[in-house]
Amino acid sequence: MIQEDNAPVGPVQISSAAHSHIKGWGIDADPSNDPTYPIKKRTNEEQLGNTWIRPSQQPQDVEILTSNERNNLPAVFGTSNPPSGLSGAIRRFAFKYSESDYLHWLPLMMADRVNVIEGVVKDLAHGHIPNGFKERGLKSVWKYNKGVFIRKAALRAAIIGATVAVAVIRSKKKKAR
Amino acid sequence: MNYRGPYKVRADKNAPYPEILHPEDAIVRVVRSCICGSDLHLYHGLVPDTRVGTTFGHEFIGVVEDIGSEVTEVKVGDRVMVPFNISCGKCAFCRQELYGNCHESNPQATAVGGIFGYSHTAGGFQGGQAEYVRVPYANVGPTVIPEWMDPDDAVLLTDVVPTGYQAAEMGGIQPGDTVVVFGAGPIGIMAAKSAWLFGAGRVIVIDQLDYRLEFVKNYANAEVYNFRELEDPVVFLKQTTDSLGADVCIDAVGCEAEGNKMNYILGTKLVMQGGATTALHWAINSVKKGGIVSIVGVYGPIDALVPIGNVVNKGITIRANQAAPKRLLPRLIEHVKNGIINPKELITHRIPLEEVAEGYRIFSGKLDNCIKPVLIPPSAGM
Repeated sequence: MIQEDNAPVGPVQISSAAHSHIKGWGIDADPSNDPTYPIKKRTNEEQLGNTWIRPSQQPQDVEILTSNERNNLPAVFGTSNPPSGLSGAIRRFAFKYSESDYLHWLPLMMADRVNVIEGVVKDLAHGHIPNGFKERGLKSVWKYNKGVFIRKAALRAAIIGATVAVAVIRSKKKKAR
Repeated sequence: MNYRGPYKVRADKNAPYPEILHPEDAIVRVVRSCICGSDLHLYHGLVPDTRVGTTFGHEFIGVVEDIGSEVTEVKVGDRVMVPFNISCGKCAFCRQELYGNCHESNPQATAVGGIFGYSHTAGGFQGGQAEYVRVPYANVGPTVIPEWMDPDDAVLLTDVVPTGYQAAEMGGIQPGDTVVVFGAGPIGIMAAKSAWLFGAGRVIVIDQLDYRLEFVKNYANAEVYNFRELEDPVVFLKQTTDSLGADVCIDAVGCEAEGNKMNYILGTKLVMQGGATTALHWAINSVKKGGIVSIVGVYGPIDALVPIGNVVNKGITIRANQAAPKRLLPRLIEHVKNGIINPKELITHRIPLEEVAEGYRIFSGKLDNCIKPVLIPPSAGM
């Protein structure tokens, strides 16, 4: 059931006159009962709603995905890395859903992973071969924690080796048939 | 700094010079930029909408190089510290000094205001782990660094000191209170230090790294305990507080808390929840009935395992927010001047920006007894 009979028209009123139809309105109001103190400085602006004088609007010349919980673009926003490619398509899908929905956040995480692959492809397309050793800061791991470095390298080598071995064996079996 | 994917970053020498995009923008030449514990959540791939090509960094100071047509509060040549939040100063939230909750700086999420270099979930702004950075709302955020202040102290006033201080402030600490801080990273260390300023009677810090516990024991006069040596930290804390619990518990750990394998795997590996909530779980269960839990640890936006039933049954008050450095700076600058807080003592590593990948690896892996790394751009000269 949706009933709007008691919904306020315009800013919420805080005077007793506006609530004279409610017996005892404000009788127990206690300004010291404010758990937001001192983090929030009470100015009673809550009752005015979204009516502040806005800063001037930054011009928009790239795609900005905006939460559907907002009614406008904020006056200022970041313009780095606009959505593009497959990751961008996933992000656009995600932004159809509110911040309260898993369908907003989980696709964004997926888009991030897709974006990593897109980043490598873009690097290669520009003639840059990513240096995984340097990008992961492995020089420091070798310097300060050789044991961990060797263990992880050995584990990775074992996994890669096992995967390659299985692939070779399967390929040989296929050829034998 | 250029993020390439989880655990992969590089120094990009071809990054474009930032532009003035709004009349209240400034361009700042960075002279110091820290790596924050919450940057590690980005680095580890845990924050949604972290796009390849993003420059991280929300703790930085520098020199104003260029200003927009409506900037009046700072001028070219000013040395400034820039709070990590981007605040317009005009919306209802900023006017109520909730500078971390600005409504005019983040299109992608209403849950948080704009933050420098903290993914598109926090507005898509490039951060300060760079030589130059665009600083929106330069009339509001940037604060001129006093002549007497060491730049290493100033850079820690952009986030670490205010966040640790606000963690204690949100605890509503009364004289004589027992305060337990979960996490001996820079924020936890500063929260422990700040707890005494509010009159705490006893300050306990819990962590798993002995070198950090040793540091906070000396820096903040705290009692320290390694939870790896405790069978059950909650039982231990109850026993040490007359079986009643602490008056205030502070969660200065956030979404990558260790201490419970299932929670850790669900929160950080499978991402089935907004991070591992072990520290918060312990905070809620260790606090006294009627006590206060203060949360400054960063968590993801989706649901998380929390013993909410205990919050209700114990009558716990939870207070949480992104800190508001702008609100706190006047007081904190005074504390630094009077020698009450010495922020730069937390810095253990000074790393050239060109070696940012090594800096992240050292901080992420807790290598070389790292507590707080600072990146220094080649154009620092300060």
